[in-house]
Amino acid sequence: MSRPARHDRRRRGTEPVRLHPKPDQAFLGMPAFPDAARVALGDQQLRANLRHATHTIRAKRLNAVGEMPDWQDLRMAAAGIKDETLAHLDDYLVQFEQAATAAGATVHWAVDAEEACRIGVEIAQRHRARDVIKVKSMATQEIGLNEALEAHGIHAWETDLAELIVQLGGDTPSHFLVPAIHRNRDEIRDIFTERMGQVGRAAPDDLTSEPRRLAEAARLHLREKFLSTTVAFSGANFAIAETGTLVVVESEGNGRMCLTLPDVLVSVVGIEKLLPSFADLEVFLQVLPRSSTAERMNPYTTMWTGVSPGDGPQEVHVILIDNGRTRALADEVGRQALRCIRCSACLNVCPVYERVGGHAYGSVYPGPIGAILNPLLHGVTDEHDAQLPFASSLCGACYEACPVAIDIPSVLIDQRAAAVREKAHHRVPTAESVAMKAAAWTFGDAKRLARAQKTASLGRGVARHVGWLPGMLGGWTSSRDLPEVPRQSFRAWWSQREDTATVKALEE
Amino acid sequence: MSSRERILSSVRTAITGATAPVVPRGYADRLELDAAGQIALLVERIRDYKADVRVISQADLARTIGNVLGERSASSVVVPADLDPQWLTTVTCEVLRDDPPLDARRLDQVSAVVTSSAVSVALTGTIVLDAGTAQGRRVISLIPDLHICVVPAQTIVGTVPEAVRRLDPVRPLTWISGPSATSDIELNRVEGVHGPRNLVVLIVN
Ligand code: SF4
Repeated sequence: MSRPARHDRRRRGTEPVRLHPKPDQAFLGMPAFPDAARVALGDQQLRANLRHATHTIRAKRLNAVGEMPDWQDLRMAAAGIKDETLAHLDDYLVQFEQAATAAGATVHWAVDAEEACRIGVEIAQRHRARDVIKVKSMATQEIGLNEALEAHGIHAWETDLAELIVQLGGDTPSHFLVPAIHRNRDEIRDIFTERMGQVGRAAPDDLTSEPRRLAEAARLHLREKFLSTTVAFSGANFAIAETGTLVVVESEGNGRMCLTLPDVLVSVVGIEKLLPSFADLEVFLQVLPRSSTAERMNPYTTMWTGVSPGDGPQEVHVILIDNGRTRALADEVGRQALRCIRCSACLNVCPVYERVGGHAYGSVYPGPIGAILNPLLHGVTDEHDAQLPFASSLCGACYEACPVAIDIPSVLIDQRAAAVREKAHHRVPTAESVAMKAAAWTFGDAKRLARAQKTASLGRGVARHVGWLPGMLGGWTSSRDLPEVPRQSFRAWWSQREDTATVKALEE
Repeated sequence: MSSRERILSSVRTAITGATAPVVPRGYADRLELDAAGQIALLVERIRDYKADVRVISQADLARTIGNVLGERSASSVVVPADLDPQWLTTVTCEVLRDDPPLDARRLDQVSAVVTSSAVSVALTGTIVLDAGTAQGRRVISLIPDLHICVVPAQTIVGTVPEAVRRLDPVRPLTWISGPSATSDIELNRVEGVHGPRNLVVLIVN
């Protein structure tokens, strides 16, 4: 089945495959959300794919969650475990370091993306690696690891089917569970046919656009890489403080390949991935697959603790990264965003995401969670990030879907206030701040809210205000109808909110 | 200051005054099912993942393994170094024992693998391998395209919490729920990208 490695000859093709996004599609320097959203809204294929995808996953997820009578208990336990971890994060990090080191791993600490990349590149260089294989990891995307490796002449090969499609196609992922959601099967066939041969085993001549055939082509193309590459990079879904164990949850088996076959394994892990004890996995292995791929359990989960003699990589590194996480942690309202387990349920239920897709957010982290996480990690002084909290209709569907119960709407409101404050600091009132205040005026007082609700048919007066808010602010909703806000969930969310102080603070 | 100290000190500053909640653990940790019920549920759930599941007796194990390899036209099979030779008495294709350890390229030429397993979860149709008795190194159950996995009935539990409590985190663990799958192309589930595309589970009662 295996064939001799012939990448070198093929890599010298006339038109090299880009291992990183085209300059105009890179996350850095992305057009601001309103502009990007307007472009995305005009893309019929993207919108059709997104609608199909989000609706399909949404329906499946409801089934997967519905068959668990203790779902709310699991959700509350998951949120509680994460909060408890964050409240003692310093202790758990030290404990993790000790346990992982004792088990034979080398633990590194990186304050920012640059330092994390430098550590990763050094490890690859020490092993004279010209190629490394990777299993999908948002942390490595966040720090731009592929680009850093590439700058040192090291090719980083993504091994998830979707990431392969994205990488060979030269663009960026648009969804963190199904990153190639914006590509249809014919496009994928064309990408494989045109590009695979330039970087390794070519696609079969008679490749069709049947998903099974496309998966088979990817299997053969990547098998060669798995068998010939000695250094792998991964992320981790969970890191266990008590034991030093890392956990990767996946579907295709490329994770198992990357975590088992190479001699050297480097895992880039955000400091918020910690869980106190191995037993806590009993909660997270139940909530993650059901929220994510809507399955009772994902096909494969790998857990490893340092080095296992004679089994798997014999040199194991863990790079713990901050890169803005401690900044988010310092935000008392926003720190709950660090509970996120990247399941993508909030993306799939979000009416805004469904229409504009992931690229419009200009970040590794799109959708509702991205809207709050990016400003938390980078601060609202970043002009692009400052717009993200407005990319929402505040309908509350994301909160209801979230398996760790992150109250995204409350964090959004808090951040909108911060963004407007930041603007007010710099210049005279803009249209945004005026709009904000008008909305705040409606939201800020229970009586006014009730009046607004009475004058319109129940609930829809509020919904209209909510829909209009981002429109006024970003100027992009005018190009599309915003969906009607689900009345029930918005009202439920509203009544749960105890503290409207941040909104009130805006009133003068 | 080292990066380690900088991160730890930023964390400490950030969480000053944060209070840790008491974690509510009201979720279920077992099923109201007897042993037969658990087996029936496990069979149903594994079948949902489109794996082939059979419940057999110990006496039938060797014959079944030989049959499955024959049905699937396997030309060779790899087994862990410590696999009971009694399991292989009816196997007619080439048998490779992973002792000394086989190289990955050699494994890529092998059609099938037979292993046992450590724990299985009825509710989710999950089988866990912990590199213990008759399970071998992780790589042997990964590369061949057909995995015949034996599940002794006494290793079946109802729920994920029960399974987690039985496992030793220090061992390398692989949780398997059906064959390899992806939904990356227009969300069509396709069995098999990289891991074994065929999973046959033999529950030994
Ligand atoms: S915020 Fe919640 S729903 Fe969204 S990806 Fe994170 S864990 Fe999932």
